[in-house]
Parts: sequence; structure tokens; C-alpha cells
Amino acid sequence: MKESYKAAIQFEHVNYSDGSTSILKNITGFFPKGKITTLVGPSGAGKTTLFRLCNRLISPSSGEIQIVGEKIDQYNPIELRQNVGLALQSATMIRGTVMKNLALPLTLKGSKLSEEDATELMQDVGLSEAFLTRNVKDLSGGQRQKVSIARTLVNKPKILLLDEITSSLDRVSQQDIEELIVRINEKYGTTIIWITHNLTQAVTIGEYSWVMIDGEVIESGESSFLNNPKNDRVKQFIKGDLV
Amino acid sequence: MTFLTLSLALVFVLIPIVLSKAFNLELEKDTVIATVRSIIQLLIVGYILQFVFHSENIIYTILMIALMIGAATQNARKKGASIKGITWKLIVTFIFVEIITQGILLGFHITPAEPQYIIPISGMMIGNSMVLSILFLNRFTAEIDAHQNEIELILSLGGTPKQAIHSQLIASIKASTIPTIESQKTIGLVQLPGMMSGQIIAGADPVQAVQFQLLILFLLLTSVVVTSVLLGFLSYPTLFNKQMQLLKVEA
Repeated sequence: MKESYKAAIQFEHVNYSDGSTSILKNITGFFPKGKITTLVGPSGAGKTTLFRLCNRLISPSSGEIQIVGEKIDQYNPIELRQNVGLALQSATMIRGTVMKNLALPLTLKGSKLSEEDATELMQDVGLSEAFLTRNVKDLSGGQRQKVSIARTLVNKPKILLLDEITSSLDRVSQQDIEELIVRINEKYGTTIIWITHNLTQAVTIGEYSWVMIDGEVIESGESSFLNNPKNDRVKQFIKGDLV
Repeated sequence: MTFLTLSLALVFVLIPIVLSKAFNLELEKDTVIATVRSIIQLLIVGYILQFVFHSENIIYTILMIALMIGAATQNARKKGASIKGITWKLIVTFIFVEIITQGILLGFHITPAEPQYIIPISGMMIGNSMVLSILFLNRFTAEIDAHQNEIELILSLGGTPKQAIHSQLIASIKASTIPTIESQKTIGLVQLPGMMSGQIIAGADPVQAVQFQLLILFLLLTSVVVTSVLLGFLSYPTLFNKQMQLLKVEA
């Protein structure tokens, strides 16, 4: 990656272990500020763990993470998490209606989400206003993912971490979300890091890409490298030999 | 009751042993152990209480209560082993319950300040608090284990640890206190409470026995709610570190 780009998130020799299991090994690199970076790799490569580190739900065993030039532990955790939005594949919901879930980030701050804003967010993710009064237990996996994305956007984060958010969506819905994410990036300059299993998506949406295998960053650079990787393990992954 | 008539009551121990033998239930050993232990433990307590009641020294009463709190803590702490500092949290909770209940009873002269009132009532309150603590800790750790994703979701959106754990804390407080409150709604209709039955058998006036039982029931209501709320609010902060990260809790 070109060093001239300012880093939104910078990793310096970051390791993370859960007990005796090493999950992330010597991660060094950065996600450029204001760009879309896609993160690909087989299951169990440590991609979600990397996101949990960035949102500070966990701390590295060793090494350093910087967010926009400041060490991560210099930030107040609440402010950091409001500015580094995280939407996970599991799309966890709290009990209640879609509106209750959508308003959650503001409820936590002691304020309310207006119906107009809620409707606009729903439209952004391709859901109608009628969904606002629905109980989340009646939603499909894809609808939950859409609500989860909309909810993450309520805090207007400067950095957005998206973990396989379109995995349960049909092709049309996937395209809607891809367009929305590109639009957010262009309109607000939001830095977006997107974990995806879809290599086409990784190349077309991401300006930059990281390939992670077994807790290590194997190759990174402008996304076009995914069409012609140098590393043998990356070649294997792209061929589908590593799942 | 003489020791001779009490020894005749051992027939009630022989019946389960004979049935266990006949149906191969393998309960004989445990039945014998339980019988021997209960005889020894209760006799010791009986003689200790006799000594304390006659000594009229407040120190012995305080020692008895401290012993009860120690035993209750030892019993309950295993259920909350994954919560940091659970031993001290339990001790503080039991002491608080004891101060509140005895403070009201003695402060308003509801019961006399004598060991034969203070010790049995303290035993009931601390024993009840212990059961409540076990119920609460069981439920609380299970709730956190089952809802880890929801707790981390709230943290990830910028919520405080208190906001993140609020639903699990309230659900655990409710779940642990509801059985006591519900059982009090039907009390006297299905079975007579143990203490009241004991007083009636011992020859006390039934109305007097009911009055004492009501006193205990009202005290229990206070002790269950105070125990769960206090233990909950003492426990939840230690489930998070300074970075507001949820620590691992084993149910």
C-alpha cells in the first residue's frame, strides 16, 4: 500500500491469543483513511477477531493499534466505539421491535431517534417503513442483517467495520447494500473495512484488499492483486482450495 | 420429648433404608450419613445455643451470627466462583441483610434484644439469603453466558457496562426473587410453614404462632429483594475490565 495514505487504523506487530490458541500473528499494516478496504480469507483466519480488536471489545496480547494516529487505549472506549462502528454477520438483535433496535445507539446516549430518521435509514437499507413496528424475532436472516447495518449507521461512525453483512442476502439486496456502502464512503468520507467471502465483491467494491490466512496477513495492496496474486497460499485460497 | 421417644423416631429412618434395599435404590449409605450428620450437627447446635442463651453475653451472639455468615458464604461462593471477589461480595450482602432486618426488629422493639430471638431469626434470614444468592448467581452467570452477543452488541454501539448488562441483571433479580414471593401467596393454604408448625406442636397459641410467622415472612420479603439487588449491583462491575470489555464468565 502507498504510505502516502493516512491510516485510519494502523497495526504494529499485533498478536492475539485466546488461552494457548494463537489467533492473530504479528499483524502489521494499515487500513487507509477514507477508503474501502476488503478483507478476505478462509474461515478461522482471524478476520472477525481483528474487527473486535478495532472496536476494542478485546485487547491485543501484544503489539499496538492506532486509530487515526492515536493509540487505541488513549481513547475513551465509549467514544471510540461510537466512532468505529461494527456490524457483525450474526446481526444480534435486542428483544423488541425493529424501531427499538434501530434507536438503540441513541437510547444509550439518552436521546431518541425521530420517525423520519428511522424511515430514511430503513429506506437506505432497502426496507419499508412498515418494518419499524415488526418484532425482530419475525425477521428473516437477510432482514436482520439490513437492520443491523442501519443500526450501526445511526452513530454516524467515521470508521465502519462490516463483517460479512451481505452473506444472507439475495443478489439484488446485496447490490443495494453495496451501493449504500459506496454512497456512505463517497458522501461522508467514511473509512470502510469489509469482510467478505465474495471475491468479486472484494475486487469491485474494495479499493484495497487484505488476504488473511491462519491469523496472518499474507498479501495486501490495491484490490486488483486478487486477480493475479503472487503468494501461493493466496492463489490456493482464490482457487477455492482453502475454505 | 425425651431421648427415648426421639430414638423411637429412628423408625422413620429405617423405612427408607428398607425400601432402598428392597428396590435396589442404593440410598442406604447416604441415608445413614444424613441421619448421623443431622443428629450430631443439631445436637451440637442445641448445646451451643443453650450455652449462649444462658451466658447472656452479646459476644457469643455475634460469634454465632459470624459463624452463620461464614458458613453461608462458603456454601454460596462456589456458584459465583467466576465473579471476582465473590467471597467479599457475599459477606457484605449477608451482613447488610442482617443489619437491615435486626435493625428494624430491635429498633422498633418488635422482638426483644435477647439471643433466643436474635439467633434463630438471624439464622432464617442468613439461610434464606444464602439460598437466594445461589439462585441469583446461578441465573446471573447463565444469563451472561447465554447473552454474551447482546451484551457485546450494546458495548460495541457505545453503551456502558451497566447498560450492557442491565437486561441480564434485572432478569436474574426477578427470577431469583419470584419463587419466594409466589410461595408466600399460597402460604397456609397448602402447607403450614415449618416454624409456625413447630411452635404449635410445642404448645404455643396458634394465633401467636401466626403472628411470629407473619413477621418472618415479611422479613423474608426484605431479605430476598435486598440480597438479589445488592449482590447484583456489587457483582456486575467486576464482570468488565477498565477498557469496558466483558470478561469471561463460566456458567
